[in-house]
Amino acid sequence: MRFSGLRVLKEGLGGNKGWQAQWRDAQPKPGYDMIIIGGGGHGLSTAYYLARNHGITNIAVLEKGYLGGGNVGRNTTIVRANYFLPGNSEFYSHSLKLWEGLEEDLNYNVMHSQRGLINLFHSDGQRDAFVRRGNAMVNQGDDAVLLDRDGVRKHLPYLDFEQTRFPIYGGLYHPRGGTARHDAVAWGYARGASERGVDLIQNCEVTGIDIANGVVRGVQTTKGPIKAGKVGIVVAGRSGQVAAMAARRIPVESHVLQAFVTEGLKPVIDHVVSFGMGHFYISQSDKGGLVFGGDLDFYASYASRGNLPMVEHVMEAGMTLMPMIGKAKVLRSWGGIMDMTPDGSPIIDKMDGVEGLYIDCGWNYGGFKAVPASGWCMAHLMATNTPHEVAERFRLDRFRTGINLMDEEGTGAQHNLH
Amino acid sequence: MRIKCPLCGERDRREFYYVGDAVLIERPDAEAGDQVWDDYLHNRDNPAGITRDLWQHEGGCGAWIVVSRNTVTHETLGVELAEARARKIGRGAS
Repeated sequence: MRFSGLRVLKEGLGGNKGWQAQWRDAQPKPGYDMIIIGGGGHGLSTAYYLARNHGITNIAVLEKGYLGGGNVGRNTTIVRANYFLPGNSEFYSHSLKLWEGLEEDLNYNVMHSQRGLINLFHSDGQRDAFVRRGNAMVNQGDDAVLLDRDGVRKHLPYLDFEQTRFPIYGGLYHPRGGTARHDAVAWGYARGASERGVDLIQNCEVTGIDIANGVVRGVQTTKGPIKAGKVGIVVAGRSGQVAAMAARRIPVESHVLQAFVTEGLKPVIDHVVSFGMGHFYISQSDKGGLVFGGDLDFYASYASRGNLPMVEHVMEAGMTLMPMIGKAKVLRSWGGIMDMTPDGSPIIDKMDGVEGLYIDCGWNYGGFKAVPASGWCMAHLMATNTPHEVAERFRLDRFRTGINLMDEEGTGAQHNLH
Repeated sequence: MRIKCPLCGERDRREFYYVGDAVLIERPDAEAGDQVWDDYLHNRDNPAGITRDLWQHEGGCGAWIVVSRNTVTHETLGVELAEARARKIGRGAS
């Protein structure tokens, strides 16, 4: 089933009775060439690109809940390529290029909106850091424009420019940054993978990984054992538990990150804006809700909900930056489980010592924008057994060797610092 | 979330600084090798359930404490001074 304007018109006239389910609700076969554990954004895009780029279609995606029911369905939907360090820079640049062709490629409206992202700075030191970051972005081939105070005022006249505590010095403007409709990204990849023959199996929790003589043989699930030649672990916050099934400990600690949505309002915030002093970022969804978030709660958690101190902090930061939102009513908040690595950068690698086992994890609080390139590179790794050139630094052993640690914040490669 | 400091009593979570898994007080020998040190510094059990974390009562008495906590419910189950914990596992204060 292809989507088109003509099709929408025809279905509208015919009572919308011709639409079909967008993917097959498959049941497991006894065995597959490859199994992807995890039916979120990254798992679905991995399956899609395995089929699309490498012609491997005898694949199952195993999801313990429902497709796209985890972090891809609950995030602040920001898409950007404003990373600084080698390793991250080329990867996110690749991801943004994939985003720009994604709707055509998937024939699916993911509502990718390049409305521009502005990171504000509030001191000379922050400005220097953003000048440097902007230069790195331009050298990578992406776009970055340094705005002074008046430049910011033209884009964001509603900010509190008069305050003395955190004066706005300017901003780094990334015009190709923006947002996308998060659920549609999962659905689009699911449909594309299913159309190419991938089995998407929901309510199927993996309970064990079968390994014999150092080679992966398949998985145990709540729907019975399934054989597989290769297995990819793409389970975000649950990476520690699934890696433990292969008797591996990984450098991931799961933390809770909260986000908030207000009632629908008329269009008021045109960009994605981040506050450089309070770790606050905001955009407005196409439905009108203000979508915003802040920092981690900063303790290990699987609760899918946070505590009040961070709620208070985020609200205070928002009010400091743009007092005009003070009367908007917060409709809901939620907490996602973030797979935090010591340096704040991800891992796409073979699982050392187990042939045929791969892991894609450690997306910290920035996994959504990475969905296309993560799947692209994980598919490349699983199909060819060699890392893709834009993800070759995302190694599992970088913490042991100390080589190519990617600590974007410059705070140190230690668990409680990102 | 509230944490009961063994010295000050129950206080708001905001008074405490989170450091990480309490495995941090089980420091290996300096010559133990890179695999052991990597495991100590970076790799984590990361349990969904009961865990032991190291916190500091930064906004209070300054004590380092080990908190037993359920990561799924945020319930705190027990708190002891890190020093007591270190002695228990055979690492006396030096």
